[in-house]
Amino acid sequence: MFDDRSPIYQQIADKIKNDVLSGELSADTQVMSTNQYAAFYRINPATAAKAFRQLIDEGVLYKRRGIGMFVSGEARPVLLAQRRERFFREVVDVMLAEARVLGISLDDVVRHIETGRGTQK
Amino acid sequence: MTYSIEARDLRLDYRGSPALRGIDFRLAGGGIYGLIGRNGSGKTSLLSLVASLAKPTAGTLLVDGEDPFENPRIMPDVCLVQDRIKDSGDEIWKVGSFLRTAAALRPRWDQEYADRLVDLFELPRRKRISSLSLGKRSALNIIVGLASRAPVTIFDEAYVGLDAPSRYAFYDEVLADYMAHPRTVIMSSHLVEEVDSLFEEVLILDEGRLLVHEDTDDLRSRGVSLTGPAQAVDDLRHGLTVLNEQVLGGTKSITVYGDLDEDALSRARAAGVEAGPVRLQDLFVHLTRKDRR
Repeated sequence: MFDDRSPIYQQIADKIKNDVLSGELSADTQVMSTNQYAAFYRINPATAAKAFRQLIDEGVLYKRRGIGMFVSGEARPVLLAQRRERFFREVVDVMLAEARVLGISLDDVVRHIETGRGTQK
Repeated sequence: MTYSIEARDLRLDYRGSPALRGIDFRLAGGGIYGLIGRNGSGKTSLLSLVASLAKPTAGTLLVDGEDPFENPRIMPDVCLVQDRIKDSGDEIWKVGSFLRTAAALRPRWDQEYADRLVDLFELPRRKRISSLSLGKRSALNIIVGLASRAPVTIFDEAYVGLDAPSRYAFYDEVLADYMAHPRTVIMSSHLVEEVDSLFEEVLILDEGRLLVHEDTDDLRSRGVSLTGPAQAVDDLRHGLTVLNEQVLGGTKSITVYGDLDEDALSRARAAGVEAGPVRLQDLFVHLTRKDRR
């Protein structure tokens, strides 16, 4: 699947992952049901179910039969590790490519980041 | 309660010309299915057959495994909501008595739900149908479809005359009631943009033939718009159906339909090509364009 043409279920899965990362959804918290998501986003429940199936396959959610779906204990650390890896590939590498096109040297980039770090503190 | 619907080489001639030219599909049932097509593509013909308003000229149609035509078991369980009350004499009825008659015909009718919908769509119970606006008449028909809880509920451009807030209220009710009482729902619409997220599967009819029957998400993912340097874009088109093509200076934009080679796409990206989603509405427009036929 391509990053820039994500289907609705992908967007729902991403939203839940973001909520797990930000801590809004903590481990063992129950998430809304497929039908609640479907009604909220005005989408077919089968589409919403695809998002949950993906999240269960990836270990972000787990199912308690007859009760619902919950955030798994390892969800946050696993997602953090994935996102950190993606950060370098999709944010840093892209930034460096852009800098190269613009003729900005790596030293300038590093200097800028270090200055920024100084002002952040 | 849900019913499957199956068509095999289904044909219908209408006033001497073919309206359906041999259609094959199977809907497992228990889903919301979207039926889209241009005017005269055969949507209403197909839905009329499902609702036993006509008999096929040839081929087979099965609803829950049986021929629905004049079938006393199937007919009360198929509710077809059309875009208007046909010249059936229904216009002299008052809203309240019209709904009571509908209730008597539908074995799974939910009166409480019907009452709730009458309030939601603000229908005057004591007024005659003939005095209602087009939108209110559509709302009345929609109420019959929803409250019938028919195992096969069909909305054939049922939204005509409804303003946008009422249309969205209609979509919300279809979705909520379908989830609470799973059944087979078929919706035909021209306003693809408004409803496509409700569809689990989509069927596109064109000139009496079934052009596409696919899972909605799969169908969407098979359409890609590619924009970038003309040469790099053209390198990608091999083996794909090009639905649309636009050129602006050295930049080219094409809409392709098919399974795009991911490796080729990665290479094209490096050459400055951007891939974007195609809306179902656009896929429909391109796939059924006159010059493609």
